[in-house]
Order: sequence, then C-alpha cells, then structure tokens
Amino acid sequence: MVAEERLRRTMMFVPGNNPAMVKDAGIFGADSIMFDLEDAVSITEKDAARYLVYEALKTVDYGNAELVVRINGLDTPFYENDIKAMVKANIDVIRLPKVESAEMIKELEQLVESAEKEFGREVGSTHLMAAIESAQGVVNANEIAAASDRMIGIALSAEDYTTDMKTHRYPDGQELLYARNVILHAARAAGIAAFDTVFTNLDDTEGFYRETRLIHQLGFDGKSLINPRQIAMVNEVYQPTAKEILNAQNVIAAIEEARRKGSGVIAMNGQMVDRPVVLRAERVMRLAKANNLVDSEGNYIEK
Amino acid sequence: MEIKKTAMAGTLESSDIQIMLSQGSNGLEFDLVSDVAKQFGKAIQATITDVLNTYDIHDAKVKVVDKGALDMVVKARAITVVQRALDMADEPDWKVI
Repeated sequence: MVAEERLRRTMMFVPGNNPAMVKDAGIFGADSIMFDLEDAVSITEKDAARYLVYEALKTVDYGNAELVVRINGLDTPFYENDIKAMVKANIDVIRLPKVESAEMIKELEQLVESAEKEFGREVGSTHLMAAIESAQGVVNANEIAAASDRMIGIALSAEDYTTDMKTHRYPDGQELLYARNVILHAARAAGIAAFDTVFTNLDDTEGFYRETRLIHQLGFDGKSLINPRQIAMVNEVYQPTAKEILNAQNVIAAIEEARRKGSGVIAMNGQMVDRPVVLRAERVMRLAKANNLVDSEGNYIEK
Repeated sequence: MEIKKTAMAGTLESSDIQIMLSQGSNGLEFDLVSDVAKQFGKAIQATITDVLNTYDIHDAKVKVVDKGALDMVVKARAITVVQRALDMADEPDWKVI
C-alpha cells in the first residue's frame, strides 16, 4: 500500500470545464474531489477543461481533500496530454476510465513516471486508480488492483458495466452483486480502496440510502457521487453508533493498559482483543472524528 | 508569434469568461465587457496580456466578455484561446503553462 490509510467515503465528481463548480468543489467536505476531463466534457472542450483544472489545482486551496482527476481513456488523442498536465499540476491521483487489464495500468504508470521526470516531480508521488466498467475489467480485477505500487483504489462504474452485461440498473442492485464483490475482494487483496458506483437518480433519496447501506455492509470504502447533496447522506450511513464508539474507546484503552503493563496480550471484559478488533476500533475512531462525534482527544460528544 | 486563425474559448456562464482572439496589427486591442469592469477590468486585461506575452503575441484583437471569472479562470481561458489561435491545441507548450 502506497498511501497511509485515509477515509475515502465520498468521491465527488466535478465537471472539469465548469469554472463555478471547479472553484467551489472544496466547500462541501468531500473526502476526495474528482475533476472529470472525460465524459463530463464535450469533445471540442477537452483542451479548455484540461487548462481550467490545471490552473485550479495550482491556485485553489481544497483543504484536506484528496484530489483526483479522471483523464480521457488511452484510446483517445487527449490521454497523453491529460497525464502530462495533471502530473505537472501535482495531482494526488489519476483515475483511468475503462480499465480492462493490468497492461493498461502499467502503460499509464510509465507515462506518469516520464512526466514526473520531465516536470521535476518526485518519482512515485502520483498515485493511480482504475475504474472498472466492463465484464473484461471485472474478470481481470485482481491483476488490475495489483498492477502498480501507485494504485490506491479501484472503482466500479455501473452504467457502462450494466450495458456491457446486457442489462441495466435495477433498484435492488442484484445485477451488480457479482461485480461489487469481485472488485471489493480485488481491492482488499491488494490493500487498496474500493469505491462503489454513482447513484444517478437525485430524486430517489430512499434508493440512495438503500444502496449506500448495502455497500457499507459489504465493506466498500465509499462511493462516487454526482451531487454534493449526497455527501452528508453517505457520511451518515458511515457514521459509527455511540455504542461502537464506546466499544472502540474501550479497546484502545485496553491496548494502552497492556502497553503500560508490558503485556503482549490485550484483554477486555475478560476476552482477548486480537488484531482485527484493534484495526476495527481504530477505523471506528477515525470515522467518529470525521463525523465530529468525538473531540480531538477522542472523548464522545453527545449530540 | 503570429495568430493563425480566429479562436474563442470559455462560455457566458456565471464565473466564466469568454475570450475571442483574432489577428491585429496595432498592439493588443482590448474590447472588454464585464459587470465588474470598473473594479477588475485592468486586472483581467493584465492577466490576458501576461499570457499573450509568454506566447510572444504582441499584435491581436482581444474581445472579452467576463461573467465574474476568478483570475485562475481568466488565465486558463487565455491559455486555451491562444493555443487554439496558434493551432497548437493538441501540442501544448509545456514550458509556458
């Protein structure tokens, strides 16, 4: 894993050629902001979007958000210039659409590396992620997720995928069950993040919650979003309960106590606390902090 | 450098700026429309002039309709319109950007 574990609950899409949205993208509290140079930009405005995102990355303060750009695919004439411009602009993560094989990631990695050298950026500092949008991509998800040390995540893109599968999206999401599980396992096996697809019907709040609860239960890190309104809803689903926070605090206190006693074995309420319990407790506390449920010292704040 | 063709970049949406660049022979001739021309007209012209100078363009007609663009948007649209006018949109000059 290249990056330290960070929360990636929400990845908000921002159309790359829209100055109003590009300049304001940082104010909604998304964990990741994804500037789109691909589908959200018409073919005649690809150059304009590239320079707009470039200048924005150079000048706008997006706070702690992870900055991602979706470049145009490698079968387009915009691919190489997108890579160069975004590497030069110090982007955190380049997201490649329609990934079907590890070779596509390796080719991208080579171009990113030569751009890093050309523009004097530290080699290896540009991270990558892949969007899986076809049956072929799902079948090769394991090798794609493990294709490079630069990889930080893979994402399911359901619109293209369901079309490729000769179906469409249904409210219950059964058609995505296999792809979601494959992508999730590929991500976990490679030690990277898994992102669920966008939910496009903004009027169906209930459907959005249902889908978000499902992917949260499965274990996804988070979800791609098309509207800032969806950020609070995802965060709400990912928010730990008071009981979970209390339990996590107890686990962390037990670790502290064991450390003080010099004991390698950690016990809580007479039960052994092993590594997965500790990792889960740490994640709960990170989520609690992100949702402002605990103060800087980890004390629970009643709402 | 000489402008090869008349080019345009940007839109008339809020927070954007539309710049049209065409051949001229009498220095940089600006025609600027903006609700905030009084406050920011000079700054907008200065940003566009900077970009044109880095591409070595000193004679051009520059028609600008500003819709409240930030400086970074002005710069991005200026770069886009120059590259289009010089017919190098597909081969950007990475030293200038």
